[in-house]
Amino acid sequence: MADKVQFELVSPERLLVSRAVDMVVIPGGEGDFGVLPGHAPLISTIRPGVIAIHDDGKIAERLFVAGGFAEVTPDRCAVLAEEATPVDKLDRAAIETELRDIKDDMAAAKDDATRAALESRQRIADAKLEALASA
Amino acid sequence: MPSLKALRVRINSVKATQKITSAMKMVAAAKLRRAQDRAIAARPYAERMERMLGALSSALPPGADAPFLLSGTGKEKVHLVVVATSDRGLCGAFNSSIVRAARQHIRRLQTENKTVLLLCVGRKGRDQLRRDMGTLIIDAIDNIGKKQVAFAEAADIAGRIATMFDAGEFDVCSVFYSRFKSAMTQIPTRQQLIPFPPPTGEAGSDSGAMGGAVYEYEPDEAEILAELLPRNLAVQIFRALLENAASEQGARMAAMDSATRNAGDMIRRLTLFYNRSRQAAITKELIEIISGAEAV
Repeated sequence: MADKVQFELVSPERLLVSRAVDMVVIPGGEGDFGVLPGHAPLISTIRPGVIAIHDDGKIAERLFVAGGFAEVTPDRCAVLAEEATPVDKLDRAAIETELRDIKDDMAAAKDDATRAALESRQRIADAKLEALASA
Repeated sequence: MPSLKALRVRINSVKATQKITSAMKMVAAAKLRRAQDRAIAARPYAERMERMLGALSSALPPGADAPFLLSGTGKEKVHLVVVATSDRGLCGAFNSSIVRAARQHIRRLQTENKTVLLLCVGRKGRDQLRRDMGTLIIDAIDNIGKKQVAFAEAADIAGRIATMFDAGEFDVCSVFYSRFKSAMTQIPTRQQLIPFPPPTGEAGSDSGAMGGAVYEYEPDEAEILAELLPRNLAVQIFRALLENAASEQGARMAAMDSATRNAGDMIRRLTLFYNRSRQAAITKELIEIISGAEAV
């Protein structure tokens, strides 16, 4: 058995990351899970949060994803994400302005559909802040 | 017979046109490369999505009530036809062939007494369909991928389709676009989006190669499917739009290439004619002078 797992991060527009890593920790829909080589086949949703890539016993890269799906097989881990940014590229000021905007829009929102859309944006923004705080 | 001056003006105007068409050809060639690269870059996502969907739909216990997006509403009364074309012309038969394919499909559905709704993406398709099927068009979306096709735009369209589907406004949805085969050939294609056809052989053999691995699901299959299917709709539309963008540039390149060649032929013919008339005029003048001199 290989002692590395092939990690792939794809967005609809292109393949973002594809390399062999020791371990990835993925923010699954029902809690974080780590993927090591030989992991049982798994398909999971992803909640907004941070994907941590571990190499040589330490975190090599931290990527923020806004949501998506993960497909895990014993030697591979593919993440389908619609938005992915390295955590150190996140801009705290921009996120805080966005959160304020969302709050304003929320007050003005009339129907449930817009409110639900705003709520999901708010969750993403909150998760971004959390990611920054933990960095 | 046109005067020499008129001929000269004509030749110059054809030359100017040739310059424009050859420039457009160059631009289309450059854009084609970019569009092709993007279509290729978008492929991994669609492939993995398809694989997951294949695994999921086969994992659903038979008889379980699968989401409507996958299994359909069980009726086939109202069809939504999405016609994806370009916003700009001068690209040969690109738009017309998509519209023709769509029109045939619609006629066939109408003879079967089905209700058809039309959603036009791209200005050219709307303009062509408005003439005889204007009453069917429920909406038209313009300015898609003015610079580059973005996933967000595809997601918007998918969102609208999904909302309409949830509201029970139609039962079957298919999209017409032009599949990019090569810079020379583009094939107008119909793809069914709702209900989503089960993945074909490719995906099946792929999961077979996996040793029929059984996935665990987190949360359960139904919930993942409920999230995955709308996303898949967006991905399929995104792919159609990307293919369309590449096809459009390919068709434009071919059209402009032949236009440039035609202009060249025309210039040659006109120049020959111009020189001939010029010489004829000179000869005529000479004859007049000589016969005048002889008469004295």
